[in-house]
Amino acid sequence: MLTDRRTLIAGLTATLLAPRLAFAATVTDAAGRAVPIPDKVERVFPAGPPAAILLYTLAPDLLLGWPRANRPEECVYMLPDICTRPEIGRITGRGNTANLEVVLARKPDIILDVGSTSATFVSLAARVQEQTGIPYALLDGRFDAIAPTYRKLGELTHRQTAAEALARYADETMATIKAGVEKISEGRRPRVYYARGPRGLETGLGGSINVETIDFLGAHNVAAERKGGLAIVSVEQVLLWNPDVIVTIDRDFAANVRTDPVWAQVSAVRAGRVHLSPKMPFGWVDFPPSVNRLIGLWWLAKILYPEQFPEDIGVLTHDFYRRFYHVTPTDAQIEHVLAGRD
Amino acid sequence: MPRSAAPGLLIAFAVLVAGLLLAFTVGRYPVGLGDLLNVVAAKLTGQAAEAPAAVENVIWQVRGPRVLAATLVGAALAVAGTAFQGLFRNPLVSPDLLGASSGAALGAVLGIYFSLGVFAIQAFAFAGGLVAVAAVYLIGSAVRARDPILVLVLTGVVIGSLLGAGVGLVKYLADPYNQLPAMTFWLLGSLAATSVADLVPLFGPVALGTLVLVALRWRMNVMSLPDEEARALGLPTGPLRIVIVAAATLVTSASVATAGIIGWVGLVVPHIARTLVGPDFARLIPAAALLGGGFLLVIDTLARTMAPIEIPLGILTALVGTPFFIWLLASVSKTWS
Repeated sequence: MLTDRRTLIAGLTATLLAPRLAFAATVTDAAGRAVPIPDKVERVFPAGPPAAILLYTLAPDLLLGWPRANRPEECVYMLPDICTRPEIGRITGRGNTANLEVVLARKPDIILDVGSTSATFVSLAARVQEQTGIPYALLDGRFDAIAPTYRKLGELTHRQTAAEALARYADETMATIKAGVEKISEGRRPRVYYARGPRGLETGLGGSINVETIDFLGAHNVAAERKGGLAIVSVEQVLLWNPDVIVTIDRDFAANVRTDPVWAQVSAVRAGRVHLSPKMPFGWVDFPPSVNRLIGLWWLAKILYPEQFPEDIGVLTHDFYRRFYHVTPTDAQIEHVLAGRD
Repeated sequence: MPRSAAPGLLIAFAVLVAGLLLAFTVGRYPVGLGDLLNVVAAKLTGQAAEAPAAVENVIWQVRGPRVLAATLVGAALAVAGTAFQGLFRNPLVSPDLLGASSGAALGAVLGIYFSLGVFAIQAFAFAGGLVAVAAVYLIGSAVRARDPILVLVLTGVVIGSLLGAGVGLVKYLADPYNQLPAMTFWLLGSLAATSVADLVPLFGPVALGTLVLVALRWRMNVMSLPDEEARALGLPTGPLRIVIVAAATLVTSASVATAGIIGWVGLVVPHIARTLVGPDFARLIPAAALLGGGFLLVIDTLARTMAPIEIPLGILTALVGTPFFIWLLASVSKTWS
């Protein structure tokens, strides 16, 4: 009975929407679902921040809006007219802030989701597509899948050439860095503690998305003995781990750690190897988990293996922001970003 | 039947001492008993310790402040719970009855939402607890009713759930990547980040509130009687109730601001104290303070040693508190019939 009604509604919706949509082809998304793609894709609804960032880098004009409104200081590093597009909520994740009626009212040609391809999100994609009649493509959000995800997004939006350029940049960056890291012997790979929160006591456990790029670089995450996501640890535990390098996203922590008598004992602090991650316009280390982590990979590589990677991070940043964020930052702006300021 | 308080208080004191010994000697960072004694002796005699500087640092800067904070928070919650159970003449009451914890929670999540620093977040939490209870008290007193205590309790429940909705709203609006985890961790309660600098804002209000309650111990005995009887004995119940609630709230808000939400301590410990020393507040308050400190020391030692990552205190106290509460319900329901 229930399924009958659902089929009926789905059928009705499809009939009502059919005249507007002409499907040129189907594209198989990262979850193996065949997604029908209209001839013309002009309006794309991003399901969450990773999708919005990825779409902005490839085809900013298609982006209907942002899951959360950007702040003015972030818009310095983005196309101003796109950056100020409205807040439209998010479909996936813990808080489903987008109303499906609002999604429909925005008349998107497709809904784009980038992230986990686990059963939860596959079923969410199927359900939203059935309810709205709008093709819902789910792409792989893992860090090492950035290149294939760009190629897939190129197919979905009919922007294959531009997507290929970005995918190739990602491939080359990862290949260059991987080759450099492979030259470094196991013994010279630092033990890294990733610090979040104002006290620096939130950290990413083994296999968590937070430390994906640190893992990619072959460094040892000190908290990796436990698998999981984010967790709290005690200062005693950090002293026991005694990491060689601390990477943090928290400005307060980075500012205070040098003068804190407890943290002063940690090797990383004594050696001056506490690094505050840049965060403008999007974080460089973990969140949001999108292509913004690619420039962060260069930054981390240089921090972890300074001798192996002599490249100028300012030049790399300029190049990345031009290719991906469509802006040409000034030297002063790049300095501002690299200092980890807001 | 009056009984001597001495054995009960001694037991409570022994629990605290055992808790302190356990908490100081056990931890993720290996500190031998020899090193511990050496460092403490050196501090007392003013000489340089033979133990490595790192060990000394762990004891004075990391474990020491945390152990003291656990003692203070445990004692504070237990004392506030004792005061509330007496004041409301109900054994199932805990210190967050009038919204202190929910107010502090809303203050803290707002502080995190606005990306404030650690001390500002704690100040927000502290103020949130005080404001919430003040609001409950004002609204509760504005409602004219035959049973002012019942109205106060119900107002506390209602305002508490409104504040809970406020916490939910802020969490919903928060940045899911950075702020939401911080809020979740805060609401689960932890002493992981305690430093020496945290002890002053904790100790001040806890000491002040506890001193007020200790000073009122005889009046609190009378306040445990029904309102009319207390008034017949010449006690100004209205103003006294305000002072007791204010003192207990000060103590609760300060501990919640430091450690996050830790349930059950203020509910369970007063009962254990009462079985040890009886219902006289003159003995009950010190016994509850000693036992509460010892109890939270044991819980916090488990929280920081069982795994490389911290186990939230709120989860551990719930594991201990729930069976106790069920047992309590069973024994209370017997006396109802």
